[in-house]
Amino acid sequence: MAVTFAATPRAHPSTVPAKRGPRGRALRRGLTGWAFAGPATVIVVGLSIFPAVWAFFISRAKWNGIAPATMVGWGNYQKLLQDPDMIAATRHTLILTAIFVPGSIVLGILIAVALNQKIKLIGFYRTCIFVPYVASAAATGILANFVFNPQFGAANDILRTLGLPQSQFLENQHLAIYIICLILLWGEVGFTTVIYLAALQDIPRELVEAAVVDGASKWKVFRHVTLPELRPVTVFVAVWQTITAMQLFDLIYTTTRGGPLNSTQTVVYYIYELAFQTQRLGYGAAAAYLLFIVTMVLSLGVILYGRRRGSEVF
Amino acid sequence: MTRWKLPFSPWHLLLMPLALIFVLPLVQMVLTSFMSSAEINQFPPKLIPTSLHIEGYRHLFSETKALRWLLNSVIVSGIAVISHLVLCSMAGYGFARLKFAGRGLAFVLILATVMIPIQLLMIPTYLMFARIGIVDTLAAAFVPWLASAFGIFLMRQFFLGLPVELEEAALIDGCGRWRTFRSIVLPLAKPALTTLAIITLLWSWNDLLWPLVAISDDSRFTLQIGLANFQGMRRTEWSQLMAGNVVATMPLILAFLFAQKKFIATMTFTGIKG
Repeated sequence: MAVTFAATPRAHPSTVPAKRGPRGRALRRGLTGWAFAGPATVIVVGLSIFPAVWAFFISRAKWNGIAPATMVGWGNYQKLLQDPDMIAATRHTLILTAIFVPGSIVLGILIAVALNQKIKLIGFYRTCIFVPYVASAAATGILANFVFNPQFGAANDILRTLGLPQSQFLENQHLAIYIICLILLWGEVGFTTVIYLAALQDIPRELVEAAVVDGASKWKVFRHVTLPELRPVTVFVAVWQTITAMQLFDLIYTTTRGGPLNSTQTVVYYIYELAFQTQRLGYGAAAAYLLFIVTMVLSLGVILYGRRRGSEVF
Repeated sequence: MTRWKLPFSPWHLLLMPLALIFVLPLVQMVLTSFMSSAEINQFPPKLIPTSLHIEGYRHLFSETKALRWLLNSVIVSGIAVISHLVLCSMAGYGFARLKFAGRGLAFVLILATVMIPIQLLMIPTYLMFARIGIVDTLAAAFVPWLASAFGIFLMRQFFLGLPVELEEAALIDGCGRWRTFRSIVLPLAKPALTTLAIITLLWSWNDLLWPLVAISDDSRFTLQIGLANFQGMRRTEWSQLMAGNVVATMPLILAFLFAQKKFIATMTFTGIKG
């Protein structure tokens, strides 16, 4: 097979002198190549392409995993589009995404700019802000339950000290999803900050200095020099965080488990319940496919929007 | 630019509260793990324990299988990291340097898998593992972590950036591919291997959804699902829960504190190349 993959610039011909005929050598080279690349390739492709195709067939069946499956064509998909639980889960997921993605971008840029200053204690600040990122979602969720506990949690204690009314936080069905957003931001902002910090440090100094020489104010330099330079990174961060938010499960499982009154049920949590608590495998697989397609469309939308605005990151 | 020399920059007004918001909950987690239940339920709440209580930890390890869970997590993450280092560096090298039939197709397939999310894969993978009889074993937890598209891609990018002259010299001297790889290429790849090890450790240690799906026997739990389910059963045992949280997060937090530069470089790399 002719290797045509364009992004492989420097694969060079083997320099081992030929011991056998040209065909034997090619065979030997092929075997060496597969010996190196084969194991990982088989694992990665075997554990994703094959199951993904199978998931599609499952999604077109009514199946509990034990009794024989009944093929229902697109029935599961049609039912999902009218399923009030699916619609609610989609709404919660979109609310989360709509707050979390811009939130983590704005906070990430703000904190990165602050951390890029040459001031005292900067190492301390950096450590503090990055550390939550390495804590697992499970641990973060359990900790959040403690901090936001209405009776003895620190959050209500602070409100009390400030003379503000107490809150039920995660136990309030109108508030819970926003608290989840806050917790998610707490855990993930470290990541966007690191990326923006690296991007800030990559901006050529001459660019900023030239603007300063031209008499631009600090704000103007930030607005017209720094921000445009950050745009490609922003496209990446937006896609990454959109995927994170659209696939949110861990934090829901360890805090509200979808409650109170289903107000924090996300799509992935719903899929988990469908497939592994109520054994509706076909219906769950269909929901997973729908989510996959919507996430892809959203990500592509973000990339295209970023392109139109002049970034060339993808 | 005299501002830098001022003892108090206005940026502190932003950074100090932010830093506290990010770190204080973790401090409280550690402090609470050393409190007695009576102290935790006191009103108004206390931040600092009056004396060091280790009941939380004692009960955690005697009443739950936390020690077993910790061991399971170490096994799963250990296998994940070692397997990633071996298999992904080999594959990365193969794709970067060797020519073989099907290379282009294999690489395109690997890249395509990056877009397929776990929730799409969990149902068929569960069924597949059930059929070969490894559901509810530790193998179910670590098999999906043996290699990843991200790891292959990371190593391939690194090897593409490495000059080929050293390898060519070794090959001309009669050194085989495998020996060249082992003794010439891999030692040069240490930075990329460290990045790969950190990212694999971070992701596999913190994974929740897949082990939750694959494992239901509580002596095979990883720490993350052990704690999540333990919390579901006993919401009020806060000192135990916080002790569990400390056990689950401290290995990574300590690793982060000791190798902060490397962690940050890894996160940056994920961002730029991921």
